[in-house]
Amino acid sequence: MIRFDNVTFRYSTEAEPVLRNLNQEIPAGELALLLGATGSGKTTFLRAINGLVPHFTGGHLAGVVSVNGRSTQEHQPRELADLVGFVPQDPVSGFVTDLVEDELAYSMECLGVSPSVMRRRVEEILDLLGLTQLRTRPLRTLSGGQQQRVAIGSVLTAQPLVLVLDEPTSALDPGAAEEVLASLHRLVHDLGITVVLAEHRLERVMQYCDSILLLEGGEISSGLPSELMQTSPIAPPVIHLGRLAGWDPLPISIRDARRAAPPLRALLADHSPAVHAVSAQTQQIASLRKLHFAYGNQSVLRGVDLDLDAGEITALMGRNGAGKSTLLRVLVGLKEPLKGSVRINGVDPRALPASDVLRHVGFVPQEPHDLFGALSVGAECKASDVDARCALGTTRALLALMAPEVCDPTHPRDLSEGQQMLLALCLIVAAKPPLLLLDEPTRGLDYPTKKKLGEVLRGLAQSGHSILLATHDVELVAELATRVVIMGDGEIVASGPTPAVITESPMFAPQVSKILAPERWITVEQIAHALEEEPA
Amino acid sequence: MIARWLHPGAWWLWSLSLAAAASQTTNPLLLALLIGSAVIVVASRKPQAPWGKSFNFFLFLGAMIITIRVLFQLIFGAGMGTTILIELPGISLPDWMNGLRVGGSVTLEALLGAFYDGLRIATIAIVIGAANSLASPTRLLKAIPTAFYELGVSIVVALTFIPQLTADAERIREMRRLRGRNTQGIRGFTSLGLPVLAGALDRSIILAESMDSRGYGRHRKESAVGRRISIGLVLTSLSLAIIGLYALLTASVSAMISFLILGTGVLLGGVTLWRAGLTRVRTVYRPDTWALPESLVSTAGLCVLGIFLIAHSQVGQALVLTPELNNWPALPLWGLIAFTVACTPALSSPRPPDLNSDADAELRVGVRT
Repeated sequence: MIRFDNVTFRYSTEAEPVLRNLNQEIPAGELALLLGATGSGKTTFLRAINGLVPHFTGGHLAGVVSVNGRSTQEHQPRELADLVGFVPQDPVSGFVTDLVEDELAYSMECLGVSPSVMRRRVEEILDLLGLTQLRTRPLRTLSGGQQQRVAIGSVLTAQPLVLVLDEPTSALDPGAAEEVLASLHRLVHDLGITVVLAEHRLERVMQYCDSILLLEGGEISSGLPSELMQTSPIAPPVIHLGRLAGWDPLPISIRDARRAAPPLRALLADHSPAVHAVSAQTQQIASLRKLHFAYGNQSVLRGVDLDLDAGEITALMGRNGAGKSTLLRVLVGLKEPLKGSVRINGVDPRALPASDVLRHVGFVPQEPHDLFGALSVGAECKASDVDARCALGTTRALLALMAPEVCDPTHPRDLSEGQQMLLALCLIVAAKPPLLLLDEPTRGLDYPTKKKLGEVLRGLAQSGHSILLATHDVELVAELATRVVIMGDGEIVASGPTPAVITESPMFAPQVSKILAPERWITVEQIAHALEEEPA
Repeated sequence: MIARWLHPGAWWLWSLSLAAAASQTTNPLLLALLIGSAVIVVASRKPQAPWGKSFNFFLFLGAMIITIRVLFQLIFGAGMGTTILIELPGISLPDWMNGLRVGGSVTLEALLGAFYDGLRIATIAIVIGAANSLASPTRLLKAIPTAFYELGVSIVVALTFIPQLTADAERIREMRRLRGRNTQGIRGFTSLGLPVLAGALDRSIILAESMDSRGYGRHRKESAVGRRISIGLVLTSLSLAIIGLYALLTASVSAMISFLILGTGVLLGGVTLWRAGLTRVRTVYRPDTWALPESLVSTAGLCVLGIFLIAHSQVGQALVLTPELNNWPALPLWGLIAFTVACTPALSSPRPPDLNSDADAELRVGVRT
């Protein structure tokens, strides 16, 4: 269905090609998962399928990319629109109209489908993706998962043979991600669509895919998940566990792993999971009491009580729209609570002048580049020293520690997403705020970058910061957080030490705990640790 | 009346008529009435959708227009009138810049004239802003003839960027505060420019990509002969229109003949557009219907414009439309009638569908059961 014939692609600003002599065929009806580290050319590969590369990006493409026999050399993306449905990473920026129904019809309008057929297909897609209730809603009022489903639906109405998705679940909570992936699974089964998708959160998608394409250094290798995963450097926890336990064939889904697990369970029976050491004497950094907040007449937070201690990493979880981001914003003083009190070291953040806020509480937003204002990394760091009133060079030294590969003259927006996140973190941490808040820090980060961020955050917690992170990433929480707080409908519904809270919840349980439940193992690291102690 | 979307064309016809009416006068009382009618209609028929919130921005824009206009008068204005308010230090400019003046005496008449003029432009901006918040500009696209579609899209994209820019600016201001910076004052304001612009550029590229990959701009291939005919038609119609206009304005031949030439040019232009529309493959999903409320709303706008045009043609009303600067402007009865007519859409149009509360309630029930 999709053919790459000897394809080499180089951006005009760079000397090295992103893709090198690719020869790859993706057969019809397959769900192919594209893997690769950040910057390995995944997005370039996906965009080459419908001709956005090179028609939109410029650069030099040698070789032929063709879909169903139509080559991107002779056809513009718009002439492939009836063949390839492309869903970009951020669906909101790609929306052309205002309302769900209009957005679904847009592709068909452009293709000149007759009105009666359009009407029928819109109804079908509304049913297929479960969007019937939302048909008249403005797109911007939808939740992330709903928006992503509308984005998929809006390209499906053109009845393409191929669907290309760039990180479809990176912004979604586990439940919404399941929903989107289940829809995709259904499309592959019922309609026989060929799907190519790139995703960093392998633990979510691995079980659904038929084949894996691994991009490394501009070259591609492909194969069945169970074969390729034997050696792949990028792998979800279930694979790491399988490799550790020496399971053969390597289980890809939780269900297979659970069936292979009894011997491991027996081995682990005498061990208990090592837990993060929590120092006995804790110092309270922040406290929220009976906090209420509302947008207009819509209540978002209802009577939230929360204490945050020094040295703790607290994970704030809950579905999209549960009030997590709002809670962070209230904590940092951007929003005024309706009722209740916020105290950080005894001070109300809203009573502080702007220049003092950073010394009490730091907030790293979901889009880290919102924080940037300078034209180069060097200038940004200098500005940050001034903001934080610390010695010149402090921020730069921090950045050198966290991301040594970043150079001074680079424009902050040209950094990769992971580097942007680390830079933003440095700008905030430079002032040493006792309370550090992060909103969805691992969105779009690959496993190595995530690991690095984890180390950095753990170091900060050990040096006495209290960290609160709002996240959907259950594996990150399992590895990093000492405490988990789950929110639902503006209230705190569960709070406690990480293993206790996440193993009890089917939605927020990490893969390891799903496999070894009801025992409270949550990371592969814990198990590796326990097995080392086992006499051989 | 059942809540539904009014045809966006009706709102735009109403608002453009009001804008045209505003352009006929500098009488501040009449202009204030036009602004008032726009405010009343928007207040009663604004949808709970993102685009509904943009009206405040246009009010702000109006205030900015007036301020800038008056400031320019203060600094560069020519000295007319006799009531001197303040003496500013003047700079004498070289002879070749004759007619320009910097500083000097500021008269009440000059300031008042600038205010009236600024108010007129502000009124036009505000009534257009009213249509922008009442009807989503993207819905208007559906009603545009296919030949103009591309042009329409670029205008609509520009219009939808305004609310997004304000949202971006707000978000980045918040982030500035997080970094411990002062967000008040001129410096706080100007430091926003670059990040907001960068964000807007990024977004426009993503949007363009998304539109292209969904088939925007597809057209049928035209044969070589067809293309030559099209080019011929464009050239002929344009030259005829220009010759006709020239003849009409210079009165070198009889008006009859000039109108004939101009008319043929316009007609041929229409044919060209129609042919251009044929090569497009676009169709329209659930086009908006035009029923009685649409006619009532657009007629209200046209009536207001009619009243102003009639007044304009009457010699006796000249001083009402462009009042003298040393007298209190007059408020004629027809002005109040025009105001009442301009306000009727607040009653004659259907309410927009309630987007948030109902659907959410429905959803919540769905979740709980």
